[in-house]
This record gives sequence, C-alpha cells and structure tokens, in this order.
Amino acid sequence: MQASTSTMPDEGRQILSSHFDDLEQQHLSSNLGMWFFLGSEVMFFSGLIVSYAVYRGLSPVAFELASRHMDLWVGFFNTLVLLTSSLTMAFAVRCSQVRDNRGIVRYLIATAVLGSAFLGVKATEYKKEIDHHLFPGPHFVVPGHDAEEMLEASKGPDGQVNHEVYRHNLGRFQMMFVFYFFMTGVHAFHMIVGIAAVLIFAVLAKIRWFSGYGHTQIEALGLYWHFVDVVWVFLYPLLYLIG
Amino acid sequence: MNAAAHARHDDGPPTDYLSDTSVASWLLTTDHKRVGILYLISVTLFFLVGGVIAGLMRLELMTPKGDVFSTPDTYNRMFTMHGVIMIFFFLVPSIPAVLGNFLIPLMIGARDLAFPKINLLSWYVYIIGGVMGIWILIHGGVDTGWTFYTPFSTMYSNTMVVTAAVAVFITGFSSILTGLNFIVTVHTMRAPGMTWFRLPLFVWSQYATALIMVLGTPVLAISVILVALERFFGFGIFDPRLGGDPILFQHLFWFYSHPAVYIMVLPGFAVVSEIIPCFSRRPIFGYRFIAFASVAIAIFGFLVWGHHMFVSGQSMYAGAVFSILSFLVAIPSAIKVFNWTATLYKGSLRFDTPMLYALGFIGLFTIGGLTGLMVASLAIDVHVHDTYFIVAHFHYIMVGGTTMAYLGGIHFWWPKISGRMYSEIWGKLSALLVFVGFNLTFFPQFLLGYLGMPRRYFEYRPEFQVLNVMSTAGASILAVGFLLPLFYLGMSLRRPRDAGPNPWGATGLEWQIESPPTTHNFHEPVLVTCGPYMYSPEEAEREYASQHVHHA
Repeated sequence: MQASTSTMPDEGRQILSSHFDDLEQQHLSSNLGMWFFLGSEVMFFSGLIVSYAVYRGLSPVAFELASRHMDLWVGFFNTLVLLTSSLTMAFAVRCSQVRDNRGIVRYLIATAVLGSAFLGVKATEYKKEIDHHLFPGPHFVVPGHDAEEMLEASKGPDGQVNHEVYRHNLGRFQMMFVFYFFMTGVHAFHMIVGIAAVLIFAVLAKIRWFSGYGHTQIEALGLYWHFVDVVWVFLYPLLYLIG
Repeated sequence: MNAAAHARHDDGPPTDYLSDTSVASWLLTTDHKRVGILYLISVTLFFLVGGVIAGLMRLELMTPKGDVFSTPDTYNRMFTMHGVIMIFFFLVPSIPAVLGNFLIPLMIGARDLAFPKINLLSWYVYIIGGVMGIWILIHGGVDTGWTFYTPFSTMYSNTMVVTAAVAVFITGFSSILTGLNFIVTVHTMRAPGMTWFRLPLFVWSQYATALIMVLGTPVLAISVILVALERFFGFGIFDPRLGGDPILFQHLFWFYSHPAVYIMVLPGFAVVSEIIPCFSRRPIFGYRFIAFASVAIAIFGFLVWGHHMFVSGQSMYAGAVFSILSFLVAIPSAIKVFNWTATLYKGSLRFDTPMLYALGFIGLFTIGGLTGLMVASLAIDVHVHDTYFIVAHFHYIMVGGTTMAYLGGIHFWWPKISGRMYSEIWGKLSALLVFVGFNLTFFPQFLLGYLGMPRRYFEYRPEFQVLNVMSTAGASILAVGFLLPLFYLGMSLRRPRDAGPNPWGATGLEWQIESPPTTHNFHEPVLVTCGPYMYSPEEAEREYASQHVHHA
C-alpha cells in the first residue's frame, strides 16, 4: 500500500491516489479506462462511417466524382506526418518508462509540432475547397464537368436523361462533401484536443510535475494519440482513395 | 480523496460521509456516496418538473376538446419536454447515477470508484445539460417529440431544436463517463476474493448497463449533432431533395435509443435482484442465469432497433428479422422474472416497503414485457403503431419498471444512505398508491390504443372520454404515491440515527459497515470468502422470529 511506495527512491515515485491499493491497480484502471473511452469513440465515428458507406453504395458515381476533388498526394503527405507523430509519441511513452525526463519533453514537443503541421495542411485543403464553393450549404456549386458526367450517368437505356436521378446525383455529390467536412472536422477537433493535451503534458514534464515521470498518464495520452491516428488511417482511404 | 486519507491517519474516530456540511465540501466532493446524493437531489427535481408536465397533459386529455392549453402547439411542446426530461434527465441517470454511484464501490469492497474526479465531472456535465433543458422549457420548448424525427426537426419545426440537441448531446457525455467509471471499477477495484461470480447481481446489471452507455450513447450523440448541423447549414443529409434520407436518422437514433430502454430497465433488474432474496430469506435462484441474462439483454438490445421502424417503409424481410430478434430479448427477460419467482417460492416472505415495490415491479414489468411481444409482432404493430397502446407499453416498462425499482431501491438503501428508518406504514401506503395509481393510469391506455386513439393528439373523439377520465384519475393517485416518499423520507432525516448497520438482515458488503458509511467506506482491508445471498433457511427462521418479537 502507501508505505511500500514511499520507500522507493524519490526520482521514481508515482503518486498513488488514496482510493487505490497499489500502483499496479492504478495503472490498470487508467489504461482500461482509456481503452473503453476509445471504444466509445469508435462508436462515435462508426455511426458516420456506416452512413457514409450506405450513401456511397447507393450513389457510386456521385461519390466517386466528388472524391476526385481530394488531393491524393496532400492526403498521403498528411498521413505520413501523422504516422511519424505516432512514432514520436511512442518514443515519449518509452522515455517515461525508462525515466528519461528530457526525452519525454523533447518527443512530446515533436509530436505537437507534427500534429500542428497536419492541421496546417488540412487547413489549406479546407481553404481550397471553400474557395471552389465545395463547402456544403446554400453556396455549394457543383463544378461544370462533374455535372456533365453525372448528366451522362443519369441517362436511361433509351438515351433520355432521367431528371430525378440527375437531381439525386447532384445532391449526393454534395453529400460526399458533407461527410468529408464532418468526418475530417471531428477528427481535426480530436487533434486539437490531443495537441493541447500533449503540450500541457510537455510543460508538466518540464517542471517535473509528475514525480514518477507520469508513466501512467503519458501512456494514456499515447493511447489517445494513436487512436486519433488510426481514425485518420480509416478516413484517408474512405475519402481520398476509393474510386 | 484527501479527506479519506486524513480520516485514516487521524487519531480521532472516523466520521461518516455526511458529517462535513459545508457547501464547498459538497460541490467539490469526489466521494462516490456524495456524488450519488448530488444526483439524488437533482434527479428528484427533474422528476418533479417532468411529473408536473405529465399532470398538465392528463388534465388536458380529460375532455375531448382542448381546454387547458390554448393550442395544439403548446401541447406538442409539453409532451416533448415531458419525454426529454423524463428520459434523459430522470430515467437514464436515476438508478445508475444515484444508487449505482452510492453502492457499487461498497458492494465490491472498494474505497471509491476508479475515477472519482471524473465521477464528479459527470454530475457537472449532467447539470449543464439539465439547465439547458430547463432553459428551453422556459423559453418556449421544442415540439418535435423526444425522438427529434427528421425531416420535421430539421426543416419544419420552428422551435429550439438545436439547443435541445446540444443539451441531449452534453447529457450523453455524463452518461458515458458514468458508464466508463463503472466498467473500470468493476474490473479493477474488486476486493480480494470478490470474484466475478461472487459479485452481487446489482453489480452485474450495472455492468451490463454501463456497456450499453459506453457503446450506445456516442451514436445518439452523433445523430443529434447531425440534426443540429442540418438545421443550421441545410446540408441535406436528411433532406430527400438534396439526396439525403430522413430514415437514416431513425436508424441512427434507435440504434442508441432502443438499447437506452435497457439502460433504463436493467438497473431496475439490479435493484429487484437484491430486494427479492433479502425479503424472501432465500438465496437467489439461478444466480449465473440472472447474471448472464443481463449481459445477453445488453447485447440483444443493440440488434432490435428496426422494430421501431416497421411502418417506415423498410423491406418486409428487414421487418421480419427485426421482429424475430425482438422476440429473442424476451428470453433473458423471462429468465429473470422466472428466477425471481422461483426465489419467492417457499420463501419466508416479509412485506416491507422495498419488497412491495419489488413485487409491484415484477407485476408491471411482466405486463409491459408481454405487451412488448405484441408490439414486436410485425402485424400487430402495424395496427397499434403510434397509438396509445405504444404509450401504455413503454410506460409500463420504463415508468412501471424503472420507477418502481428506483423507489424500491431508495427505500431499501435509505437506512444505509441516511442512517434513519422511515415510517413503514407510510412507505407501504406509497407503494400501494403507486401500484394502483399506475395501473389505473396506464391500463386504460392499452384499450384506448387498441381502439384507435392516436398518441400525441390533444383532442380526441368523444367515445374515448371514459377511458381518458379513468387515466387522469389514476394519474392523480399516482402523483400522491410519488409525492409521499418526499415527505416521510424527509421527515425521517429529522429523527436521530436509528437504522443500525443492517436493519433488513441482508447479506452483502454494504451492510457490514455502519450507516451512514464513513468517508473511506471500510476500516480494514476487505477479504471476501463467499458468494452473495447466503440466506439460509435457519437464518430465515431466526429473522422471522425476531421480527415478531420486535413488533410485539
């Protein structure tokens, strides 16, 4: 119990909350809590992903044309940036295990920088799309050549355009952007929260606020960061690659 | 937490968790018992608000013409607010957040939940959502029904749908945090010897509930946020003119909201599984079946959302599959009812207030469950869809089930929570009034619905009046039944502490410690050596004899 922790050298001491029996229990609780929270987050995204999949399956033409407006290579670059940030986060967790405080600070800052770079790139993508009136809502404009292709795809076997199908396709073209902005927006929100947490943890590590180098806490943060990363690994192929 | 640490190291006798009365000590507490009390007070307030609205609606429906509310619109806002408040701010949090918070650590021999600060946070989140809910009510309300069906909610309603969606979204997080805390606590905080199959069934049921909360609530969150965004920006995700599909909302919504019914009633099972063995003086029949049935209900609950959509135009095959799956939920539910009945059989029954509530629960839940089979049948549902039959059915399950169990639980653990006994006569009277009032209110609604009275209408054809008057009369009895406990439980607080650690002669760790418990729950490390519900026949005999001596 508490007595056993205070005999450890001060450098490596973890703070044990009074309602836990030992550090192992505390560590297990923290980890399990984060895993279940992430399970909850998976359900949050899966509602969107399922809806996306259904609409996409119903209107493949409109969705494919719309997803051609995504820049494959910018997305690829961003994926690389994010995966690298997961690597630096893993290093930070490793440093907390071997009690290398300077390493923690260094790698957390690297993680935050990479995360911010991702958001910066995403912001330029958003700007480009908004400039081209691809943000859903009253100002949305379907680009001319896409409209022509959809008109072509709306022709029945007799060569006549089915206007109902055509209007439907135009709507679904916008729908793709609804999903794109909402899903990447929610993801970006998770990134912002993550970056803020990473920076706070870096400061706390710097001032040695975690007496045991915050192994438990930084591991939980690491799980969160990897999760946000994994979400992007699903979003990138869904939004950019298919088609 | 600090208080707990101090209490253990101070030389003076440990104080009970209620002894520090300053406001700050309550608002900043991380003690699971105090958070439970905070929830108790706030949940009761919301119940009163929702109840007053229900009373106004029953008054309106006493006559075939609209006379209480000036317009149907007002009536629409009233039933919406009644639903939103009762479901999101009363039924969902009632048993888990009040009794679960208070009891789970006590029952498994822990000093607190795994995340005490998150537990307090969940209460604040709940209060923020609740205050928004009340704010909406004062500023005109919402008229969509608690289900926020699109496209009405996204395009046509001119009320505060966005605010309501955000309030529900926020409250959902409180539910997720509570569920998360319970799951982790049950996994990691059990005392030595407290194996999974020595857990009280209360804990099993709460665990199953917590799984639904954590996995279901985010889907509700996403669907109400989609409604808010659609209203705000006109994205078209639920708008057929823009390629969207209003039915998509129903799929997303019921994927949470059907399991949410089990969030409301599984905790009711939890309470009844504790009360029945105690007042029958018998070990519970089929412990493992009841435990697994809870988990099975949680799992099946996720597979049956489509039975809300039989008339939405989904394919006949989808309807048939959802109908069959819905029937499957009856199996674990019936296992529980049969096991409670088997526990009662040849037991030495004592009809104290909690027992009366628990028996009432079984009666009402059985009626609600059997009519559930009727509405799960595709063909019958098409006939009674959106009629008062449905209203009666879900009130039997959610109000009859959850509220009876909640009140039973409050009475059962009141001596533990407050250290005081309440007036048994008034308690029994309230249980009786609630049972009679409830049946008089809602049974006529089955008939009304079967005869064709649609729900959500503020006027109706004159031939329905007799049954409606009965229903309104029942509601007034029900109201008295619900209000009584406020008075006699409140009065009991004025008396000196007289309950003692274990007034019911119950088993379970929470009855081993003093009433009310000390801040850190247990004085010594707990070691569990046997399962729950060790009520032996000899013990029953002894208890029964001592009761008679006591009363003589």
